[in-house]
Amino acid sequence: MDLSTTYMGLKLNNPIVPSASPLSESVDSVKRMEDAGAAAVVCYSLFEEQITHESGELDHYLSYGTEMYAEATSYFPEPEEFKLTPYEYLDHIANLKKAVKIPVIGSLNGVSAGGWVKYAKNIEDAGADGLELNVYYIPTNPNLAGSEIENMYIDTLKTVKENVKIPVAVKLSPYFSSMSNMAKRLDKAGADALVMFNRFYQPDFDLEKLEVVPNLMLSTNWEMRLPLRWISILYGNINASLALTSGVHSSEDIIKVMMAGGDVAQICSELLMKGTSRIKDLLEGVENWMRENEYESIDMMKGSMSQKKVGEPAAFERANYMKTLQSYKTLL
Amino acid sequence: MSRKMITIDGNDAAAYVGFHNSEVIAIYPITPSSGMGELSDAWAAAGKKNIWGTVPHVSELQSEGGASGAVHGALQTGALTTTFTASQGLLLMIPNMYKIAGELTPTVFHVSARSLAASALSIFGDHSDVMAARQTGFALLASGSIQEVMDLAAIAHKSTLESRIPFVHFFDGFRSSHEVNKIEQLTVEDLKSLIDEKFVHEHRMRALNPERPFIRGTAQNPDVYFQGRETVNKFYNECPDVVQNAMNKFAELTGRQYKLFDYYGAPDAKRVVILMGSGAETVQETVDYMSERLEEKVGAIKVRLYRPFSVQHLMDALPPTVEKIAVLDRTKEPGAIGEPLYQDVVTGCVEALNNGIAPFKSMPKIVGGRYGLSSKEFTPSMVKAVFDELKKDEPKNHFTIGINDDVTFTSLEYDHSFIIEGKDVFRGMFYGLGADGTVGANKNSIKIIGEETDNYAQGYFVYDSKKSGSTTISHLRFGKKPIHSTYLIQSANFVGCHQFTLLEKFDVLEKVVEGGTFLLNSPYGKDEVWDKLPKKVQQEIIDKKLKFYSIDGYEVANLTGMGARVNTIMQTCFFAISGILPKDEAINKIKEAIKKTYGSKGEDIVKKNYKAVDETLEHLHEIKYPESVTSSIELPPIVSEKAPDYVKNVLAKIMEGKGDDISVSGMPIDGTFPSGTTKWEKRNIALSVPAWEEDLCIQCGKCAMVCPHATIRIKAYPKSFTENAPATFKHTDARGKEYDGLAYTIQVAVEDCTGCELCVEVCPAKDKKETGRKALNMVPQLPIRTQERENFEYFLQIPEFDRREVKVNTIKGSQLLEPLFEFSGACSGCGETPYVKLVSQLFGDRTMVANATGCSSIYGGNLPTTPWTTNKDGRGPSWSNSLFEDNAEFGFGMRLAVDKNNEYAKELLLKLTDKIGKELVEQLISADQSDEMGIYEQRERVAKLKEILETDGSDEALNLLAVADYLIKKSIWIMGGDGWAYDIGFGGLDHVLASGKNVNILVLDTEVYSNTGGQMSKATGMGAVAKFAAAGKPTAKKDLAQMAMSYGNVYVAQIAMGANDLQTLKAILEAEAYDGPSLIIAYSHCIAHGINMAKGMENQTLAVESGHWPLFRFNPDSLKEGKNPLKLDSKAPKVKLEDYFYRETRYKMLTKSHPKEAKELLKIAQENVLKKWKHYEQLAAMDYSINGNGKEEEKVN
Repeated sequence: MDLSTTYMGLKLNNPIVPSASPLSESVDSVKRMEDAGAAAVVCYSLFEEQITHESGELDHYLSYGTEMYAEATSYFPEPEEFKLTPYEYLDHIANLKKAVKIPVIGSLNGVSAGGWVKYAKNIEDAGADGLELNVYYIPTNPNLAGSEIENMYIDTLKTVKENVKIPVAVKLSPYFSSMSNMAKRLDKAGADALVMFNRFYQPDFDLEKLEVVPNLMLSTNWEMRLPLRWISILYGNINASLALTSGVHSSEDIIKVMMAGGDVAQICSELLMKGTSRIKDLLEGVENWMRENEYESIDMMKGSMSQKKVGEPAAFERANYMKTLQSYKTLL
Repeated sequence: MSRKMITIDGNDAAAYVGFHNSEVIAIYPITPSSGMGELSDAWAAAGKKNIWGTVPHVSELQSEGGASGAVHGALQTGALTTTFTASQGLLLMIPNMYKIAGELTPTVFHVSARSLAASALSIFGDHSDVMAARQTGFALLASGSIQEVMDLAAIAHKSTLESRIPFVHFFDGFRSSHEVNKIEQLTVEDLKSLIDEKFVHEHRMRALNPERPFIRGTAQNPDVYFQGRETVNKFYNECPDVVQNAMNKFAELTGRQYKLFDYYGAPDAKRVVILMGSGAETVQETVDYMSERLEEKVGAIKVRLYRPFSVQHLMDALPPTVEKIAVLDRTKEPGAIGEPLYQDVVTGCVEALNNGIAPFKSMPKIVGGRYGLSSKEFTPSMVKAVFDELKKDEPKNHFTIGINDDVTFTSLEYDHSFIIEGKDVFRGMFYGLGADGTVGANKNSIKIIGEETDNYAQGYFVYDSKKSGSTTISHLRFGKKPIHSTYLIQSANFVGCHQFTLLEKFDVLEKVVEGGTFLLNSPYGKDEVWDKLPKKVQQEIIDKKLKFYSIDGYEVANLTGMGARVNTIMQTCFFAISGILPKDEAINKIKEAIKKTYGSKGEDIVKKNYKAVDETLEHLHEIKYPESVTSSIELPPIVSEKAPDYVKNVLAKIMEGKGDDISVSGMPIDGTFPSGTTKWEKRNIALSVPAWEEDLCIQCGKCAMVCPHATIRIKAYPKSFTENAPATFKHTDARGKEYDGLAYTIQVAVEDCTGCELCVEVCPAKDKKETGRKALNMVPQLPIRTQERENFEYFLQIPEFDRREVKVNTIKGSQLLEPLFEFSGACSGCGETPYVKLVSQLFGDRTMVANATGCSSIYGGNLPTTPWTTNKDGRGPSWSNSLFEDNAEFGFGMRLAVDKNNEYAKELLLKLTDKIGKELVEQLISADQSDEMGIYEQRERVAKLKEILETDGSDEALNLLAVADYLIKKSIWIMGGDGWAYDIGFGGLDHVLASGKNVNILVLDTEVYSNTGGQMSKATGMGAVAKFAAAGKPTAKKDLAQMAMSYGNVYVAQIAMGANDLQTLKAILEAEAYDGPSLIIAYSHCIAHGINMAKGMENQTLAVESGHWPLFRFNPDSLKEGKNPLKLDSKAPKVKLEDYFYRETRYKMLTKSHPKEAKELLKIAQENVLKKWKHYEQLAAMDYSINGNGKEEEKVN
């Protein structure tokens, strides 16, 4: 049975790719995921904030209160070298590459096309097989048009593409007025893959303290509906590979991703909850399903339920919404 | 190998040599020597090797006594060993110094010589400490310049090995230890070539070794001890020649020839000054000037080797023509015929004359004088005054120079206008705030000019005595020749004022020469800056025809993301204006320096600084000004007219920076100062301050509780006081039935507030319609300054709430009590002072405080003004500081005296019952003073007693009158930091805890030596980075609480106000009420943690919630009831330790400097936290009843 797939030009043994998460913070953990069958791994993200703010923060606190009083002209020993997060990250990528055989995909997370994108090149130099660019900008400025934000994404991608040879995926948010158009533009700008969709820290309220408290909840299965729809719609319309992330918890989910037209299914919450060995179960589940349903390869099912291939393409459009409601009602 | 020219300070120079010549280094922090230990530790951590190619072991001990013990042990075991210290530290080493010298053991102690604490502590430089060690048998070798520090340090290490005499190599604290100067660095090969391995081998062969054992350190008896002591004579006799030979060998190597006594000046001089240390540099400069310009035949002898004192070498140095000698000592020996160097020179001359080895035929007239105590300025005008005095037939002996002694008239007059600074040296003075980075930028400028050009460069930095809003003045000199001016700049070519507000506080243009340059950082544009200058400043600019430049550095800083740090901007201005280097070259050099300084912290910060450099020049403007003054802005008075005379006449001068002008009669004879003087020093350092919204306030009192500077005050008072209040005075109805019908005000002393924001952070009251608005919000200070000054003055006049009525066991109630500790100079947002203030509120009017040296003694007792104050009745804490190491014992002594006086008073009461009356006597003796009412009533009785006694002239009545106050309950508080309690003072603390006496010990635990700049203590947490723990502290924090609990009869509490303010309050009340020793360990967030100080209380909460700092109280009184004395006041850890650790730079930086170690230490620390919690939980759950049910076992027949 052939579980292999091709994602952003990388030939993978199967479609399971653990997404950027704390699971990739240790080499041991990544090795365990490889042993359990992960086809590639997206390393945890290097954040723009870490790159741009960390050095400022370090300088601020190391110099805060110094040279104010004769007895305490400083408060800390100053080592000649600090291993700042970007360099730590690059070392980590290099170490992962030494430790595992599966492709390692770096992840850069930011909100602007600033100087931080140069780390894309550093990540490539550190040995990464690919790069996932995770751009998410919260447009609180009412004077900022959607088109400007879209251009910012495109510009950032172009800058990165100009600087690296490894494939570049763009991890997207679902909040574009025209997702298809945006996908097409990114495709044209050189994206090797689109990863759908990002999940973010969303603000919550602490009613006792009347404070905003951002936190990240683990995903639930229903969250994959949205990316599933868009992958189904985009499949066959763009050249870039497609990855689904958010809400993949079962072998069936992975099958669905493939049928929608995804090239890989990225998994995180499920592994955080049940451990990295879960990959093995998922793979077995996929194989069993394929065996039971007589699929020989992933390729056979890829895109089979996409908008282009289903008997009723309108199912992915507005009518589909109505249908969902109706089917829900029938359950009552 | 060619030698590098480098710009370093004296500590760096000494440490460089000491480190390379040592295998073991035992250290303990003490200002101003700490830098030497810090550098050694950092070098060892970085794997730097000594001249034998091995990395020295550097160990911090618990005190200097401990360090010297470790040195002694290491020496006896054959290691080449050194240490660094100063002042009281050297005194603590004296017992071991006798041992080390007695056993003829080679070592060098590098000492940055500092004043000793007498009537007051001083961190600054003089020779009191080394003079107190001159009898130990150590050789004393003095350096006067930074080059000499490096050179003579090397000579000391060579000489000690060859002579077997241990050496103290000393140089002046601050003036030399902290002066940055350009010097030629000895190479490692130089250092190696100076050491003869034969002597190293011999040292090792003398070591204790079980393979060839012997015994050293016996006890001897009258029969032989004396002879034994005399065996060392020949080593001392030979030592001077050994040192001179070492100096000669050094000269062959470097071309710099030193002598034991270096003569400088006219070969036929008749008048000679003899001295040692940095002052000799100024004398050299003055001798040059007087010889060249005034054609006077004068000379000076720089004493290098003071012990062993070689009369022969002194005679060889003195010119035969000498007729008069002034010997200058930088120390004071009260009651002596004269100071030590003077006495030695007199004796030496007499002996030489008697022995026929003197170069002169008749005895010169020799006088002695004192100068420069505690880094008092020693200038060419003072040197000239000494030489001029020697012209007289009967020059004054035992004189002082540099002060005005209007009591015993020892001082010499000197001409302040005698300034010899020439055109060949560029002199710049820079006024800044500690927070703006001025000093750092100037240190960079010195490096640029000193190391990148052929100029010599010197920098010296003056800080004020506050830890928040402090002012710095940098003194920079550059020139083509080595700079010997070891005094502050007297006439400046360039003055930079980096903060506009400083124009109001200092006469910044006082020292600038005519035609000089003035650079001002001004928030005003180029067209308005002139009119915003105070009248006096305009006048000085016009009179001195200054070139005046202005820049809005803050605007540039904002534009470039530099925040409040204008350092790079002002440095760029300086180079652009001063023309010391061509502009483009200067810009390049600044950028290179930025790369060096900030490179390790990431590119972003480097880029920001580059941007600031590039933006600066466009914003720098030369200001053209009119020929006459246009401003009507007068400088405000230093203190209010309402201030007491002593404050106006003495303390205000110190505030103004003119303390040098205060005469001897202006100072107290025994170190006694009036309490409560900070209130007169309105520093106005906060840009924004809290403003109270009375409609939102829930009157919880938390804001006042956490306020580190007691600038938020609360009163509940009769509503009638609102009637004539100023229009903007805020008030509302007091909440709660006990305050029914009263008005309530929270008033901010905006001129004293430091703007730390702790109050706003803890304020729980939010506007329901706009949750971002609280009952306290920060607002700009300037627009409300005048109005709030008036409001605060009015507020102070409103009567305090009656202490007898206050519910002190609630936060709200406790905060109605008047703080008797206010407006200290502690850091903005200090985590210690809220506890100190709380104690002053609860018991202040009957409290005696013994304060260990450290942060709390500095913000509690550093001049000019001090924060411990009095209430309207004149009562308040009586405060004193003894030493660092003895504070528990110091407070214990207070307890003994209070108890004895109380006992004696009661005895006298009984004796005088007939006169006083039985009823009053009985009441006085058996008074219940367990609450405020009881104490109030006892005070009334004592007042009545005094009335009776005053009419009785008997001795017993007078005696009782003197001790009658001790019938009123006293609260003894022993306060200090963790450096004291965990380390240097632990032995005493332990003893006092074991004594059973009723003392209250408050440990302000910042988990680091904060006052001396962040060195590790035994309270430092595992994995925290501190000085002496650059690779993270590998061991766990000492559990002081558990140690104290093991006594069983000690009240122990661990508290953290930010996590649980009510538990803090309860613990302090219980500790004070407990009739026995109490120990309160208070988590104190600190600037040395590298945290956002505004969030300090949040960090405290996380410390508790992570289990790092469990809260508990151990009350032995519970035992009496058969209950477990330990009560846990916090819950099991619920936050991961890393979530607490990595909010703080002290932990987080380890993940950046030593990531692997950080991970490992975090893991162990996390395990420890959980284990410790479990352990405490088990202790708290133990059954303390006799048979397990709290009842005595029933008899079974």
